[in-house]
Amino acid sequence: MLKPVTPPPSSTAATAPSPAEPADLPVHLAEATGSDAALRRFLHGLPGVDQVGAEARAASLGTRSIKTTAKEFALDLAIRMVDLTTLEGQDTPGKVRALCAKAVRPDPADPGCPSVAAVCVYPDMVGTARQALGASGVHVASVATAFPSGRAALDVKLADTRDAVEAGADEIDMVIDRGAFLAGRYQQVYDEIVAVREACGDAHLKVIFETGELQTYDNVRRVSWLAMLAGAHFIKTSTGKVQPAATLPVTLVMLEAVRDFREATGRMVGVKPAGGIRTAKDAIKYLVTVNEVAGPDWLDPDWFRFGASTLLNDLLMQRTKMATGRYSGPDYFTLD
Amino acid sequence: MADKNVFDYAPAPESRAVVDIRSSYGLFVGGEFVDPVGGRSFKTISPATEEVLAEVSEASEHDVDLAVKAARKAYTRVWSRMSGRERSKYLFRIARILQERSRELAVLESLDNGKPIKESRDVDVPLAAAHFFYYAGWADKLEHAGFGPDPQPLGVAGQVIPWNFPLLMLAWKIAPALACGNTVVLKPAETTPLTALLFAEICQQADLPPGVVNIVTGAGGTGRAIVAHEDVDKVAFTGSTEVGRLIARTVAGTDKKVTLELGGKAANIVFDDAPVDQAVEGIVNGIFFNQGHVCCAGSRLLVQESVADEVLERLKRRMATLRVGDPLDKNTDVGAINSAEQLAKIRQLSEVGESEGAERWSPACDLPSHGFWFPPTVFTGVSQAHRIAREEIFGPVLSVLTFRTPTEAVEKANNTPFGLSAGVWTDKGSRILWTAEKLRAGVVWANTFNKFDPTSPFGGYQESGYGREGGRHGLEGYIR
Amino acid sequence: MTRIDVRKTYKLYVGGAFPRSESGRSYVVEDAKGKFLANAAQASRKDARDAVQAARKAFAGWSARTPYNRGQVVYRIAEVLESRAAQLVDEVQRGEGETKRQAQASVEATVDRLVWYAGWADKLAQVVGGTNPVAAPYFDFSLPEPTGVVAVVAPQESSLLGLVSVVAPVVVTGNTVVVAASAERPVPAITLSEVLATSDVPGGVVNVLTGPIGDTVPTLAAHMDVNALDLTGVSDPATAADLERAAAENLKRVLRPEAAEPDWTLDPGLDRMTRFLETKTVWHPVGI
Repeated sequence: MLKPVTPPPSSTAATAPSPAEPADLPVHLAEATGSDAALRRFLHGLPGVDQVGAEARAASLGTRSIKTTAKEFALDLAIRMVDLTTLEGQDTPGKVRALCAKAVRPDPADPGCPSVAAVCVYPDMVGTARQALGASGVHVASVATAFPSGRAALDVKLADTRDAVEAGADEIDMVIDRGAFLAGRYQQVYDEIVAVREACGDAHLKVIFETGELQTYDNVRRVSWLAMLAGAHFIKTSTGKVQPAATLPVTLVMLEAVRDFREATGRMVGVKPAGGIRTAKDAIKYLVTVNEVAGPDWLDPDWFRFGASTLLNDLLMQRTKMATGRYSGPDYFTLD
Repeated sequence: MADKNVFDYAPAPESRAVVDIRSSYGLFVGGEFVDPVGGRSFKTISPATEEVLAEVSEASEHDVDLAVKAARKAYTRVWSRMSGRERSKYLFRIARILQERSRELAVLESLDNGKPIKESRDVDVPLAAAHFFYYAGWADKLEHAGFGPDPQPLGVAGQVIPWNFPLLMLAWKIAPALACGNTVVLKPAETTPLTALLFAEICQQADLPPGVVNIVTGAGGTGRAIVAHEDVDKVAFTGSTEVGRLIARTVAGTDKKVTLELGGKAANIVFDDAPVDQAVEGIVNGIFFNQGHVCCAGSRLLVQESVADEVLERLKRRMATLRVGDPLDKNTDVGAINSAEQLAKIRQLSEVGESEGAERWSPACDLPSHGFWFPPTVFTGVSQAHRIAREEIFGPVLSVLTFRTPTEAVEKANNTPFGLSAGVWTDKGSRILWTAEKLRAGVVWANTFNKFDPTSPFGGYQESGYGREGGRHGLEGYIR
Repeated sequence: MTRIDVRKTYKLYVGGAFPRSESGRSYVVEDAKGKFLANAAQASRKDARDAVQAARKAFAGWSARTPYNRGQVVYRIAEVLESRAAQLVDEVQRGEGETKRQAQASVEATVDRLVWYAGWADKLAQVVGGTNPVAAPYFDFSLPEPTGVVAVVAPQESSLLGLVSVVAPVVVTGNTVVVAASAERPVPAITLSEVLATSDVPGGVVNVLTGPIGDTVPTLAAHMDVNALDLTGVSDPATAADLERAAAENLKRVLRPEAAEPDWTLDPGLDRMTRFLETKTVWHPVGI
């Protein structure tokens, strides 16, 4: 297998995430990562998140009314942010090739329709996806580290990661050890992320928290900082295999974290909600939240992604509706 | 991709077509719209555009007398004799019609008042309906309310309400009054009469017996006539402390029962362990909700010195995302100032703030060329002695003060003749309760602000008035 | 030529659906004059068990609704019931052998009773709860919470007003209920089920069983996942005592039947609500 020809991600080097070495961190942050105790002091010293207030804020952003030109803009942007995903035991090369074709050209009837950001598959499907996507500019993302539970030895997780990278993955979506996090073994979680990041080489690392298992927004804020300190390029809500998956308030808290992290370090980290975002309407609520919480700098596929499968067709249907004035139906869009 | 970051929300105006504003309105007396005896009238305008919306009657003393007579007649002949169960069903009807016609009411409210449609749609109108729903349920349960085994109504209630929440304040006044068996003469504010007049139509739709609700429009003189009328048994007023004082003097020596809900200068106290993002939302909601035209607005931010810079930086960043403009646009966060008069007052006090040495800041925002507008504003470096820390501005203007210890926070918070509301932000439960216990204010919000519910009593200490509205306590002002 | 009526099959109401009895059995219901009315479903022990399961499943959601919302839902029942008043007057009249006027009064009182209870949803906590001025730096308050799943034996005679008078106070506070309807006069209970199914009441909040009481009530009384038992419709004191003994196994709250069926037109007071509530008291320190 060849290494990816183009360095990820697609856009110019200037906007590409800078390599995030823990050594780059300001002293007070670098000192936060020496031990379980140091990490605990730092993470538990972050301001709390009031659940009711955070959910009310998310709900209020959800009432924004995005119409006409703003909607056209948002729909195309959302399409460009999709990590088109298939993570099933029944995946085959045929299924993955079909998905790749869809990723490059989501709406065969409209050449003006943009491609999605990436195709997301299991490591053994990376080669197939790499080949199918070629020089299309659509990235290959692969889950790794014993996805979705993460219950394996570290060397197995690293081997899983290297395997995917060698097969041509531009992006690695790893899962954290939720058991270790919930047990307070923060240093272990941190070290694992650092190790996987190293195993990624040039590939970008997205760190999946499985926020549905962490339950509280305080935990979401803490784990976001933990992953960013460890060098994550992206922080991601969920595997899609656990309910609840992505929610607007969880994403809101993560967007606050990346915003505050940039304030503190000057470094930008991307956010990827995954699982459960099925409608264009929902996707637009997320974009509004990105816009008003993290800021417009994050309104770019380099900094915000949707992990989704069925979302794409709803975006396409809404896009067609904007163009024709008629509501479309599922029969007019390809399954994959 | 130079334009990649342009996510401009296109205009998303709510349709005006849902409301049908008449060119002129009479007074609603005895179940019908009647012309005022003196024939005088005034115009109500949209504060966002200065467009004239309608011509409204100005009730004279004579008109008020006719309205009180109609209310008295309805009280003696019908309403006080009706069982609580039947009164209850009328109030439920009104609640349901308010729900059914909610969009129409929301649009009309935003037009006449200038408040953003998202607030009239999601706050004012649903809460008004909920208020009727709540008090409807009390009408047949008064003997369980803890005011004795056989509570009786007072008679005719004269009610004068402000322009900041026109329909909601009407609901706060009329629902408990009617539930307890009183009849009412209500005067909406001079600048915002239209939803009250639509409410009159709703009373007709509900087949409410004539005279139970009477709506008389007018200005200060009309209000004075209601308060002073000798056949009014109860006066309920929401408005300025200045007018509240006059009312208290007027009713002195009479048998009239009075409740007053007046001004405030609420402290919003942010401790260093506060959930900071939610605290910032609470500060924003506390002072910019309804353009700051809220008697319980969190107009004094008391922030612990150790986190003051961080909180202010976050606050300013958040304020920069507030969308000021067309009240009917569904994405507007801050609408128009209700009147030219109010705008002048806000401007004047803001200038005083600057001249007294406080530092003034507003985010960049384009204000419309017509209508009455004032940008969200924050004053830092404010001390207790500044006028902007003591006087009610009643606009989108926040004064920021700092404190070092919980005791100092409470002392500063209480150092005012007002006592309507306060906010406390901390992750520590016992400190919330300690602070709440020490604050001399009628409503204390902890890790939230500006929350209202029909079941929850509302009202002030000291010069913020007396009596409570809402909840079981809200019945007390209307029964004996 | 007279038109032949299309008759309705009378079924149970469990978990928001209308199943036939699991046993496949039905029993003949006659009107007050002994004329055939219907073959009603004869609920079995298994139906009782299914109903308890449905009620338990619905409890978490229903009890977590805001009181305001529960009040709106119960009020909605009143609205929909009023719109079916003519049908119910006819059913009550035939089943109870009353005059049309009496039946009409009974149906009207039923609607008003629902409205009365609807209003209690967001008021009861202020009447029966409150703060406790303990002599220490604690904020201490008590509030009522629903007991859980309540099994109710409905009055045997008053087949609509009596039924609603025992069901409404239980559900308005957030409990869910399995009710055994009047055995001989089940038709209004089935119509009420249809009203409930179309008035925003979540499935499983009210479950209605028809059939001889002896077929289901002993199962409900002994069921370990039922939290309370209202024996109002049990007229035989010995049976009531047996059921109460069975209920003792998991310390169900039991409401004993009165000597004779109460006059349902009287003011019901708070008792039927407070019977099926728990009081929770919370202590919290006050300090800097």
